[in-house]
Amino acid sequence: MKLYDGGKILIGLVVFLAFVLFPFYNNIGKVNAKPEPKTDTPEIQEWVKINGKKECVESKEFMQREHMQLLNNWRDAVVRDMYRVYVSTSSGKQFNMSLQNGCLHCHSNKKKFCDECHNYMAVKPYCFDCHIQPMEKEENKS
Amino acid sequence: MSLDRRQFLKIAGISSILGFGASVASATHTLWQKGLEPPQIEPNKDALIAKRWAMVVDMSKFKTEEDISKVTSACHQTHNVPDFRNPDGTVDEKFEIKWIWQEPYERTFPGAENQFMSEHIKEMPFLVFCNHCDNPPCVRVCPTKATFKLSNGVTMQDEHRCIGCRFCMAACPYGSRSFNWTDPRKALNAATENKAYPTRTKGVVEKCTFCTERLQFGKMPACVEAAPKDAMFFGDIEDPNSEVRKIVATQLTIRRKPELGTGPAVYYVIGGSDHA
Amino acid sequence: MLEKAFEGGKSYWAWLMFLGALALIGVYYYIQQFQFGLGLTGLNRDVSWGLYIGQFTFLVGVAASAVMLVIPYYLHDFKKFGKILILGEFLAISAVTMCILFIFVDMGQPMRIMNVVLHPTLNSVMFWDSVVLSGYLAINLLVGWVTLGADRKGIAPPKWIRFFIYLSIPWAVSIHTVTAFLYAGLPARHFWLSAVMAARFLASAFAAGPALLIILALIVRKVTKFDPGKEPIQAVGKIVTYAMFANVFLLGLEFFTAFYSGIPGHSLPFKYLYVGLDGHTELVPLMWTSTILAVLALVMLVFPSIRKKEGMLALACGSLFISLWIDKGFGLIIGGFVPNPFEEVHPYWPTMPEVLITLGVWAIGFLVLSMLYKIAVSVRERMAGIEIEH
Repeated sequence: MKLYDGGKILIGLVVFLAFVLFPFYNNIGKVNAKPEPKTDTPEIQEWVKINGKKECVESKEFMQREHMQLLNNWRDAVVRDMYRVYVSTSSGKQFNMSLQNGCLHCHSNKKKFCDECHNYMAVKPYCFDCHIQPMEKEENKS
Repeated sequence: MSLDRRQFLKIAGISSILGFGASVASATHTLWQKGLEPPQIEPNKDALIAKRWAMVVDMSKFKTEEDISKVTSACHQTHNVPDFRNPDGTVDEKFEIKWIWQEPYERTFPGAENQFMSEHIKEMPFLVFCNHCDNPPCVRVCPTKATFKLSNGVTMQDEHRCIGCRFCMAACPYGSRSFNWTDPRKALNAATENKAYPTRTKGVVEKCTFCTERLQFGKMPACVEAAPKDAMFFGDIEDPNSEVRKIVATQLTIRRKPELGTGPAVYYVIGGSDHA
Repeated sequence: MLEKAFEGGKSYWAWLMFLGALALIGVYYYIQQFQFGLGLTGLNRDVSWGLYIGQFTFLVGVAASAVMLVIPYYLHDFKKFGKILILGEFLAISAVTMCILFIFVDMGQPMRIMNVVLHPTLNSVMFWDSVVLSGYLAINLLVGWVTLGADRKGIAPPKWIRFFIYLSIPWAVSIHTVTAFLYAGLPARHFWLSAVMAARFLASAFAAGPALLIILALIVRKVTKFDPGKEPIQAVGKIVTYAMFANVFLLGLEFFTAFYSGIPGHSLPFKYLYVGLDGHTELVPLMWTSTILAVLALVMLVFPSIRKKEGMLALACGSLFISLWIDKGFGLIIGGFVPNPFEEVHPYWPTMPEVLITLGVWAIGFLVLSMLYKIAVSVRERMAGIEIEH
């Protein structure tokens, strides 16, 4: 059976495969370590001293899955509806709904915490375009 | 089954549209989920409450240039408002972002000056900023409700939602709004910025918010705190016992461009005197 | 049918390559603008809308002008417009595409465009503008596809398409009325705060759009075997003439209100545009060029002896198109922002990247137009001689 325009089709197929398989062959040999976010900032250690255990707004499992949605909800509650306090479903404790002054108060190590998972997942949330990230303790501020 | 090219293209086209629509629907399904509601969220117990926040400004209490610059600096410092300068040190009027600044009388109230008025009065400084109007044209035109009215009368800005169309800037009769023509962090100093407040990013509009983030924690707006004694009053004009209500009810005050029906909430005292 | 857009001679492909190159330059500068911010344009804190929004405003008018062909043909049985109709509809598609692109390049946060859909705001004219423009694009795509497809088969289009054709008539009027409402309802801008704004917009649209269509039809006749006919072009010429007179008259009304009332808010922008204000005369030469070209066009159009000569008609249409492009695509927008709410003059002039992005968008629009016209002309050339009743 004759393949009409066979030359063009084959070239097209090769170009197509080159594009589609790029992420795979481009990363051959690169080892992507499992993300290990660190929760040992001085602020968290202070909290442990006072409260006896590490405690976030919600459980680790919840946060891993839902922190994006939680932050979106906080954003609308604070900016649009004038609420400020969040009552944790896991602990009943009250927290100030704030990324910059709440979450990042304890998690003051963006590179070793937030970026660990975000880099691994190749996600670039643009929160930090506006929300000032805490100064890294050891490195110079950018 | 035999399919000719036109039928194939039609099916491909409709599938793409349906597929795109479905992906949009699935990406936004979280929006259809309920947001947070009380009792899971509460206002801060220290929050200042009002039915209608308003400001009274008595320029006669500003005696020196420094009195005025203390106020504008307090606001701009608190809110990380960038300071764009030309190489020669003058303000870059294109990229300039300002929430509160001073204008002479003849610019604050254009048309109110007359040819026999002294230069001294024409040049008299007035502090200008967003009027948080009752009937704001900016809120009326915003296509995404990125600028909107809070229930306490403040015309608020949601920087997360703003698409940067600048319709609000065209609509504002007072020139209160600034646009981020480039990344504001270029004109901010990381050493002196207020770490408790975010910056903005390029492509969004910003303006005075009556310090909503301070009101939520029981603090007065930064400008009012930095102003000389009795120069700026901030309170609930619907409360008959508030300072602002008493001044507006008893003294001569004017507002900017009242003929436009916007209903500004910023009142300028005329004549100056001692208040309450 | 669609493959006809990719079948052409050397000159056709050379033209597409040229437009493609211009478009790519525009894309390159848009990427620069996207990374730096809109500060790459000449816009400033006082003049916050400029060339991009001006082009958008002008092109909505061009898009709406298809209705000037649809009304005579479908409502008044003016069969002479049979051949030229598809050119008008395809011009509308190309114009709306450019409108959407100009809005996109003007946005500070284009990635958030979906916020307009996710948070519909019924009191915002801009929201309604996005609704009616999308609808108009959809209607024209549908009507163009179905009628041309039917032509290709040598049969009349299906009866249900009539509903959409009739719908396109008030819809065309609505897109430009809503665009005028963007301006006419702002208490801040006295230059725009006029009840005749929508009427002015429609009049200038019905002059500029058909004027462009005449020029395009003449080009099509020259480079292809498709001839829309001498009489239809003359009929469109008459429409252009009346619309331009209406437009100039309405502009005159604005001048009267501004200067007879003497209210500075209304008259100062006119002063800035036509004689200068506070020593700023940047726009004066441009506005007078627009005026002279308008008068020239009207003189050529009003005398049938001149208008009947197609060469002169083309010149008149070109002069008119440029005149209205300056007036609506530039002067109108800047005039609204100067002087600013403090009665100061902060002038605006586009930068080179801004102009190249604008040219890039026009190139994309003409790419769409050329390819659509190629399809239409190919179908017509094939069916030449066979008159089809719609």
